[in-house]
Amino acid sequence: MPDQTFCAMQQSIIDGAPDTASDLAQRAVAEGIEPLDAITNGFVPGMHAVGEQFGQGKMFLPDMMASAEAMRAAMAVLDPELKKLGTERPMAGVVVLGTTKGDIHEIGKILVGTLLSAHGFRVHDLGVDVGGEKFAVKARELNADIVGVSALLTTTMRNQRGVIEALVKAGLRSQVKVMVGGAPVTRQWAEEIGADGYAKDAMSAVALARNLMERKAQSVAEPV
Amino acid sequence: MRPKLELLDNRLIDRILGEAFQLIENPGVRVAPYVVELLRAAGARVTDGVAHIPETLARRQLALAPHEFYLYDRNGKAAVHYGGDDVHFDPGSSCLNILDPETQQARPAMAADLVRLVQVAEMLPQFAAQSTAMVCNDVPPEIGDWYRLLLVLWHSEKPVVTGAFSASSLHTLLELLAIENGSREGLRDKPRAVFDVCPSPPLNWSEFASHNLVDLARAGVPAEIVSMPLAGATAPVTLVGSVVQHAAECISGITIHQLAQPGAPIVWGGAPAIFDMRTGKTPMGAIETAMLDVACAEVGKYLGLPTHTYMVAGDGRVIDAQVEMESGMSTVLGALAGINMISGAGMLDFLACHSIEKLVIDAEAIASAQRLIEGIEPRSESLAIAAFAQAGLQGDFLKLKETRALFRKEQHFPSAVIDRGLASCGAAPDIVGRARERVEELLAEYQRPSSLADREQAMLNFAEAEGGRAGLEGLPGISSTASATR
Repeated sequence: MPDQTFCAMQQSIIDGAPDTASDLAQRAVAEGIEPLDAITNGFVPGMHAVGEQFGQGKMFLPDMMASAEAMRAAMAVLDPELKKLGTERPMAGVVVLGTTKGDIHEIGKILVGTLLSAHGFRVHDLGVDVGGEKFAVKARELNADIVGVSALLTTTMRNQRGVIEALVKAGLRSQVKVMVGGAPVTRQWAEEIGADGYAKDAMSAVALARNLMERKAQSVAEPV
Repeated sequence: MRPKLELLDNRLIDRILGEAFQLIENPGVRVAPYVVELLRAAGARVTDGVAHIPETLARRQLALAPHEFYLYDRNGKAAVHYGGDDVHFDPGSSCLNILDPETQQARPAMAADLVRLVQVAEMLPQFAAQSTAMVCNDVPPEIGDWYRLLLVLWHSEKPVVTGAFSASSLHTLLELLAIENGSREGLRDKPRAVFDVCPSPPLNWSEFASHNLVDLARAGVPAEIVSMPLAGATAPVTLVGSVVQHAAECISGITIHQLAQPGAPIVWGGAPAIFDMRTGKTPMGAIETAMLDVACAEVGKYLGLPTHTYMVAGDGRVIDAQVEMESGMSTVLGALAGINMISGAGMLDFLACHSIEKLVIDAEAIASAQRLIEGIEPRSESLAIAAFAQAGLQGDFLKLKETRALFRKEQHFPSAVIDRGLASCGAAPDIVGRARERVEELLAEYQRPSSLADREQAMLNFAEAEGGRAGLEGLPGISSTASATR
């Protein structure tokens, strides 16, 4: 009964129930359901529903964190199965995240990283107090699509500009999209420093990252 | 009697302190290498950058912290008393943006904006102190902290709530204050400024904050701990759990500070807030945030320490009913709680934006709150009988001498910002318009306070030399007035 199973999978994500999600993933494997089917038709619609309900103010951040945890639990079962089949989950993009130099706040960044992972991005979190050069080195190493720079303080927000400059210096700027966020950050600020986008909260960051990936694909497709 | 707001009883405060003392010992407090030896020498165990501070050590240092101190004005007169139930207000600080006076849209703040704000705050008696309210976007970032202090010192004679942006720049700010005062010793004797020092939640005294705590203590210049637990994100979700964390951060900070210099002035302060679980924002106008402010200060008062908090700020992006409802409510609550310094007036949009128009509106809320805490007092032997003996049942109280003698004490008269139907009160139909008119009136009346010419010249020389090194051209916000003093 895949339909019922898919519904249960979706519900386990909405409920933020990692044990249930893990059990359902294991049962799917045992019953011979294709892992990619379970992900695409079962668990991912759950995350989409969560995102929608969060956007409507019906779900709250702790609920969403629990949903992301449930998603992680399901993927911990299904990812190895995909590998056994010689495939992997289609990846939404590679993101390098960090809090800017001089700033040790990371709650917002952790939220963004958790949600991006739950939505299929491969996220590398550099942590806090990260200089521009470190962002550039990691972006080159991972062939990153997006660099996300967080700042909580008005004083450290200015260092977001330094990350963009470091990417330019490393010759990576044309390949890497930059998104910025954090309490004092505004759209105008993002434009002023030449970032590709600004997200006001974690869910918007997911939408922005998807949009940046589309823009990136278009720019690659366009003839030079 | 003076009306008073309390949210915690003594039994709960004892439990809060009991858990705070436990927390600073285990799991302990993250500290910078700069203070490790200081703590070890006093008996704290420090492992992998985490200090485990025994309660006995912390209590000993708390007992050394002064219960009161003064900030002085430009003329060396005691102007702000930190201690007891005295309540003072200052504008919020460190904004990057300002609501443009004309468009009422947020834009980056410039030196000229900070000067206007300082001049308006100087004219309003509701503000006992100034603050380094904005980061000036037309000044190189590396000198942003001392330059905004220079602008405040230049255009005001009130005490200042300020802060450094790094461990090293603190010394530039202290040097500037010493030049203005006349000497380092003079600054220690009669400090004009108090410096905000912020631990990073939870329980982390970063390199920058650790340096500032110790260096301020040794300079004898007051430090104000601004602990910022965000309930549910960087602190326990319960309000009382966040109050415990606030207490642990303050106690560990005071321990480090007093070890550096016993008896140095320090403030039990903060900017706690709840974490909105729908948006991840930290609403300063939420009632729970105000409850945290009051409760955190209550714990400090229980220990007999000077107190500070962040209130009078709203969260909307323009001056509207929401912003002023939030600001007005927290103004009243802060005053009733008897908090020594309440920062935040003029701010909106989750502390991201300042508004000079809001500052003059907030000043009206502050004046009302100040009236409230004066309370209701008998002003003569008879409460009403004597007045009735004269007015009789005709009730002509308006003609009584007592009425004329006492109405000014009994009633507070707001400025024309508050619409009470006064015919001569400006033509603007809405409060933003009236606030704008009031700002212009105050600016027209403002005169820069005079000071000793040689000290002013020394400040200019200092600013030109330091600013020149950072590539600053001219002295924004000063150049036009500086020539008069030369």
